[in-house]
Amino acid sequence: MVRFFGADRTARVHPLTVVLILGVLTLSGGDAFAQGDPSAEGGPPLPIACAVSAEDAPEDGGGSILVTWELTDPGGREDEILGFDVLRYAPGEEPASIGEVPATDTEYTDSNTEDGTSYQYVVRTRTPFGHTDSEPSPAAVSSAQWFAKSRLGVLVIAALFCGAVLFYIQRAKKGGELFIREIPGLEAVDDAVGRATEMGRPVLFVPGIELVTEVGTLAALTILGHVAKRVARHGTPLHVPCADPIVMATAQEIVKASYAEVGRPDEYDPSRVAYLTYDQFGYTAGVNGMMLRDRPEAVFLIGTFYAESLILAETGHSIGAIQIAGTKETSQLPFFVAACDYTLIGEELFAASSYLSREPVMLGSLKGQDLTKLWIVYVIILAVVVGTVGYMVSADGGSALTKIFEFVKSWFN
Amino acid sequence: MKRTVPLIITFLTGTFLVVSFFVPHSPFGELEQRLLIWFAIVAGFTMLLGVDSLIRAHVRKVARAQGGWGHSAALLVGLVATVVVGILGRVQYGSPFHIQSPFMFIYTYTIVPLQATMFALLAFFIASASYRAFRARNWVATLLLVSAVIVMLGRIPIGAAISPFFPWAQEWIMEFPQLAAKRGIQIGAALGAVSMSLRIILGIERSYLS
Repeated sequence: MVRFFGADRTARVHPLTVVLILGVLTLSGGDAFAQGDPSAEGGPPLPIACAVSAEDAPEDGGGSILVTWELTDPGGREDEILGFDVLRYAPGEEPASIGEVPATDTEYTDSNTEDGTSYQYVVRTRTPFGHTDSEPSPAAVSSAQWFAKSRLGVLVIAALFCGAVLFYIQRAKKGGELFIREIPGLEAVDDAVGRATEMGRPVLFVPGIELVTEVGTLAALTILGHVAKRVARHGTPLHVPCADPIVMATAQEIVKASYAEVGRPDEYDPSRVAYLTYDQFGYTAGVNGMMLRDRPEAVFLIGTFYAESLILAETGHSIGAIQIAGTKETSQLPFFVAACDYTLIGEELFAASSYLSREPVMLGSLKGQDLTKLWIVYVIILAVVVGTVGYMVSADGGSALTKIFEFVKSWFN
Repeated sequence: MKRTVPLIITFLTGTFLVVSFFVPHSPFGELEQRLLIWFAIVAGFTMLLGVDSLIRAHVRKVARAQGGWGHSAALLVGLVATVVVGILGRVQYGSPFHIQSPFMFIYTYTIVPLQATMFALLAFFIASASYRAFRARNWVATLLLVSAVIVMLGRIPIGAAISPFFPWAQEWIMEFPQLAAKRGIQIGAALGAVSMSLRIILGIERSYLS
């Protein structure tokens, strides 16, 4: 079926012209109404959007419809498409443009629909010679979903993981024996603080440059509490430069509480837990300046770091400080390993608080975490074997083994 | 009470956010975005805390004429001047971010070059750190050195000119041993992060509370 859009465009056309155009379109097998000649300058016809489909956007809170389309045979001329316009109409409405899509895309999400209302879409292909409208899509209605089915795998893994952690926490509460391997970087915390005390020089704790919403920053703040208690016991000055005011406020409270806990609340100096700047390299310059002026004996670089990691770590190395670093950013770990005395790698950063507190309940959560990791290792090994054998048996992926492999793989996507 | 209320708020917020990850339907689906807006508002106000901390620290340094007080004075002058210039830009051009405003002049010709300078220092720090890291002290360090040389040669044109082995070997090192180790660390870190989040939500981890 051919639809004509734009009343002003059709109103001035003579009826005979319409009949002629329709005749030409019918004879040429055209299924769309073109403005301009898409195959101008000869050669194969320009590709246009066709087979437009519209369906409720999956796994959303409603109010969205996903529109997709294909291209007619490009014939090597797809580069000549300027882009697409998506037009929408509800029953009784005129089609109106709701968005533009680059020539490289073939989908558009209409995020402004009313749930329960039926919509149809037309995709207009824009070329240097004019534009061509596709046939309208089938009607689609948006609605909200109660469960994100694609996240079922995550839910199962999360449930197993939480179950394992809670099991070991309960076991720890009952007094079960839990072995936790030694983490050298955390064993060195006491030595670093002790050395700074002996040398009469301060301790510098850098909690990264991210916001408090970042889990790496939270891990850094939990370690700060333990470091602050040790520092407070020894009466060593502790400097904590912060790149975020909320991190600063939280760090101030943590350090203050640590001083109070060891019975030295009067020795807490809030000016030592200070805000520097949000700016990445401004912060780096500020911390470097503190290192070179105050000459701390122990430097903790713990949290989330990016390009500034090596600048900080090398400056700390140049002043001869003992350095303990920790981050979950895999791209920054090599820099810390190269420039620091100890590095907490990935999970060790998150285990630090439990490790340092030595509370059985906290250690129980580590044990549960390790058990889950073991399960994941088993699943990966099993999946690799199943997948390899499956593709050896049937290279086209049609065997039951490859289907099992692809199913397991989809859980980790 | 001082600890119980924050723990309850943490538990409820954490639980709702976990539920919202699996349930897109209103009101859960939009919860994360809503909380992020709340966070942005709170973070905006806490900037005042940060500026207050900054000004206090440097005013004290200048008032007591502590070592390096000149730097603190420069910082305070810069801070005030930037604010004044920003307000003037707003009055004169309608926005401090107007291309001709003096605020943008400060940003373009002072902040950006300073940032670039700090970032450029990284090249020298990488050289000094690499020199230490690549010393062949034992077989592991030697392995690192050999791998690094292959990867470096494989990624520059001269490597391919010497032998096609270098581009192939660097790709193999990056695609297999490097990626395998990286993914192992990432899986461990992700589980560690989830475990810590669970401890915080359940109130087992309390060291972030004063």
